[in-house]
Formats: sequence, structure tokens, C-alpha cells
Amino acid sequence: MIKDITIGQFFPGQSPIHKLDPRVKIILTFVFIVIIFFAKTYLGYALIFAYIALAMWLSEVPIRYILRGLKPLLFIIVLTFFINVFFTPGNKVLFQVWVLKFTQEGLRQGVFMALRLILLVIGTSLLTLTTSPISLTDGIERLLQPLQVVRFPAHELAMMMTIALRFIPTLLEETDKIMKAQMARGADFESGNLFQRAKALVPLLVPLFISAFRRADELAMAMESRCYRGGKNRTRMKVLKAARRDYLAVAVTLLLVVGILLDSYVL
Amino acid sequence: MPIVVEHLTHVYMPGSPFESLALDDVSFEIQDGEFVGLIGHTGSGKSTLVQHLNGLLKPTKGRIVVDDIEITSESKVPKRLRQHVGLVFQYPEHQLFEETVYQDIAFGPRNLNLPEDEVERRVREAMALVGLDFEAVKDRSPFEISGGQRRRVAIAGVLAMEPRILILDEPTAGLDPRGRDEILGQIKNLHAQRGMTIILVSHSMEDIARLVDRIIVMNRGRIALMGKPEEVFSHVDELHAMGLGIPQITHVMRGLKARGMDVPDNIYTVEQAVKVILERVRGKKK
Ligand SMILES: Nc1ncnc2c1ncn2[C@@H]1O[C@H](COP(=O)(O)OP(=O)(O)O)[C@@H](O)[C@H]1O
Ligand SMILES: [Mg+2]
Repeated sequence: MIKDITIGQFFPGQSPIHKLDPRVKIILTFVFIVIIFFAKTYLGYALIFAYIALAMWLSEVPIRYILRGLKPLLFIIVLTFFINVFFTPGNKVLFQVWVLKFTQEGLRQGVFMALRLILLVIGTSLLTLTTSPISLTDGIERLLQPLQVVRFPAHELAMMMTIALRFIPTLLEETDKIMKAQMARGADFESGNLFQRAKALVPLLVPLFISAFRRADELAMAMESRCYRGGKNRTRMKVLKAARRDYLAVAVTLLLVVGILLDSYVL
Repeated sequence: MPIVVEHLTHVYMPGSPFESLALDDVSFEIQDGEFVGLIGHTGSGKSTLVQHLNGLLKPTKGRIVVDDIEITSESKVPKRLRQHVGLVFQYPEHQLFEETVYQDIAFGPRNLNLPEDEVERRVREAMALVGLDFEAVKDRSPFEISGGQRRRVAIAGVLAMEPRILILDEPTAGLDPRGRDEILGQIKNLHAQRGMTIILVSHSMEDIARLVDRIIVMNRGRIALMGKPEEVFSHVDELHAMGLGIPQITHVMRGLKARGMDVPDNIYTVEQAVKVILERVRGKKK
């Protein structure tokens, strides 16, 4: 029951997008997000759509998984659309309902803002859907490494993220098991008023905390007994290495950037 | 209160990339007062199966009938099912949470809204059943007693619900040999003296063989073999292919038989074997 929640929503696969270097994927996602806000014409958005559609197709992730991320934001997207439609100054009135004027400028602005939000969500979903949490943190660690010059604890941060991510499924599983075990003893987590429900959580939370502390302790012991002492002088088993497809992805993205900038500012 | 399972199929996380078929068209019946061993390799679906019997999981397809309670994919599980069918999870000591042993065992009975004197009676009785000294342990914290004792406290917590069917999911996992023998002995008593229906889940034939009336062997979500221990053990090669074995001593006896010694098939303990072999050897000398 509780395990149905997939954290980080990774969709395992072997597609070219899955195989991209996580560093490249993270950077390209950032570039994509930034470039969305530079597009100013319908042609610009068409280019961006073509780009993301290509990525979606290459990723082999079913489209409903990608669009699932939009559902909770639907209200905000619709709201943004209408706010922009009505509050953008303009004088080419298309039609009018009571005091609400639909101007050409307003409509255009509304469509663009809604599109931006949708593209933003799709772009980031695609990143988390095609990159396992572990390679994501790997990529982040590598990208933050230059900051170690100013004593930024990049490795420690990444290690903490990795461990946290690693234990989320374990803790969920544990929650599920303890919940069931207490239900087998007649516990009821689903009915009663707020106070009763909060009280019913005690038999769940106490064992859960105990087991989390036990696990943390065991893990720390295991790491220490293998001489772990932070990132200094550590080498990696899987060295991230950019391959041809990474350069290709960068090239295609650069084309998009150039295209959008030309379209918005030169032509 | 027989248990009937018909065409039970369970799929975890259907429709996601993590979808897995844990039970595939499983059917069987268990009679009142029977002692059944459920055995299978890790991941064969044993835990999934037993969680259906008290309604913690619902079938994807098929149905389960316990007494007059029917569970299908749509049914709402009545609370009394959880009381009739006691389920002791794997590593049950991980569910302990109260400040004292007494409070923890009393958790189940209190959820049944029983009066406090009845709760105490049940706690005393449950502790006696698992061999815990009431006066000595009741006020101790469940976190400061030994691992074997913790396990017993957890089992007592389920027994205090006074179920008529008791299911134990790998109750001896991680215990030392002595702890294992004690727990198994107590389970045997529950069956012999109380007439409880017992389902003992395990992946060790050695544990199960000498206790149960009937063995159900699971393999990859299906029932592979079912029958009396000696019937099941005659399928040695199939069991090996499933990563299971027969008890070592049974293996020895079968070897002796193959070499012409007149010994029975249903020997599961060294003591039995010693007795039988001595009889044969002495018989020959006369
Ligand atoms: N909560 C769960 N979510 C998803 N899959 C599960 C879950 N529990 C068990 N499974 C899967 O179902 C199968 C059967 O597991 P289980 O019933 O625990 O087997 P056993 O108890 O015999 O070791 C395994 O393949 C396991 O990975
Ligand atoms: Mg199991």
C-alpha cells in the first residue's frame, strides 16, 4: 500500500536519455529551463517543443508518466493563464465578457506563461524520470566539486543525499510492515478524530524511530570499519565519463539556444 | 473454522514499472486444528500469502474464505477477522513500542476494548504460553531484555488476542539453536494442547518436518507441492531445483534404504533415526 508512492519517480530504462552522463543531463536541464524564459515568439516555442518532444521520444518513458507531474500543478497553470490574460495591458480587444477584456496581447502572454510552466515541469520530470537518484547525486557531487576550493563540503553533502535516498524505500517498507503488524493486533490507523489518529501513530512511530537509529548506527559502524573518512583521496568505482552521445546532446542543445536567441533578439 | 483459498492471485504495484506477480492462482484448504507448514525459497510469496489470510492484503483475483468471512478484491475486512486469525510477522520484535512488556502485550486486547481484568488475565496467559515469567519480566522495558525474550514478548502480543488460527512467519529466523528449539516447542504445545490451527512459515525443512501434519511448498508464487511430509520429501529432485532440501537425517535414511536396509521413509529427527537403526542392527544379530 504505502510502497505505491515512488520517490524520485525514477523510471528504469536503457534509452539514450537514460544513458546520458548525469552531469550533462543536469546542466542541460538547467540550460533548458533558462532558455524557456528567453523564448518570445511562437516559432521559439515550437523549437522548444520539438526539442523536448525529441527527448521524450528518445527516453522511452510512457507519456502519461511524464505528464503525471502536471496534474498537481494544473490549478496553478490555469490560474497563471487567466491572471496574465486579464492583467496584461493591451488594446487590441478580441472580445469582452462583462468587465473582462480578452486582448490579443493578454492572450499571448497567458499562453506563453502557461507554456513555460508546462515545459518547466516536463523538463525537470524528464530528468528525474530518466536518472536514478544515485547517479543524480553522483552528478551533483561532481558539479559541486570545484566549490571544494572554498571548503564547500561537496562530497559529504552528496554522501548524505545518497544515504538518505538509499534509505527512503527501506523506511517505507519498514513503515508498511510495522503498520501491518500493529493492525494484526487490532490497531486502527484509519478512523477516529484527529486526536485519536495522532495517538494511534505512536505504535508506528516508536518502532520506526528505533529501527532508523539502529540502521544509522549499523551503517556508521560498517562505514568506519571499512576506513571511511570522507571524500579526501577517495577514487570512484564508476568514473563518470562523457561519451559521444553526451557531446551530441550538448550540440543539439546549443543549437536550440542559438536558435532561440536569434529568433527572440535578432530577427 | 476451515480456511479456503481459491485461485488467489496477487500483483504488487500493478500498472507501474515495478509491477510484480507475487501469487499466481493459488488454491488450497486448511481444516480446523491442522498444523500446516508453508515452505519456499525467499521471494516465493509465503509472506504475501499469509497476509491475505487475515485481510492485511486483498487479492488481485480470487477469494479467501475464513469461517463465514469472505475476502475478495472489493470486500471490506471486518475487524473480527484480525482477531480470529493471529499473524506473527517476521522479526516481530521490531514492532514492540511500549514502555513495559506488560503494556506491549496488552496492546492487542486493549484494542478489543476488553475490561482491564480480562486484559490482565490474557497477558498472564499469553506470557505463560511462550514461557515468560510474568512477575520477573512484566515491568521491564521490551528494549532491555534479550533478543529471544523480545521475540517471545512479540508472539505473546499476538496470542493475547486469543486467535483460533495462528500464523507465524519465520518465527525462528535469526535465533540461536536453543532459542529456535524453545519457540518451536511452544508452538507445538499450542497446537497439541489448545487445538489451535497453526500455519508455520519457514524456509527450513529441518524445522518444519517434525512438527507439521501437512506441507505446502511454494515456488515463484505458485503451489509446487502439497501433502504429508513423507509425500513431499519423496520429490527430492524437485525440491532441490527449488533451492530447498529435505532434512539431512531423512536424506541419510533414504540412502540406507536405497542400499537395502529396511527403514521407514518418515524419519525427521536424529533420535528417531538412532532408534530405528539400533532396532534393525540388533534385530539382525539375533
Ligand atoms: N510490499 C511489496 N511491494 C512490492 N513487491 C513486493 C512486496 N512484498 C513482496 N514483494 C515481492 O513479492 C514477491 C514475494 O515476496 P514475499 O511474499 O515476501 O516472499 P517470501 O515471504 O516467500 O520471501 C517477491 O518477489 C517480492 O519482491
Ligand atoms: Mg517472507
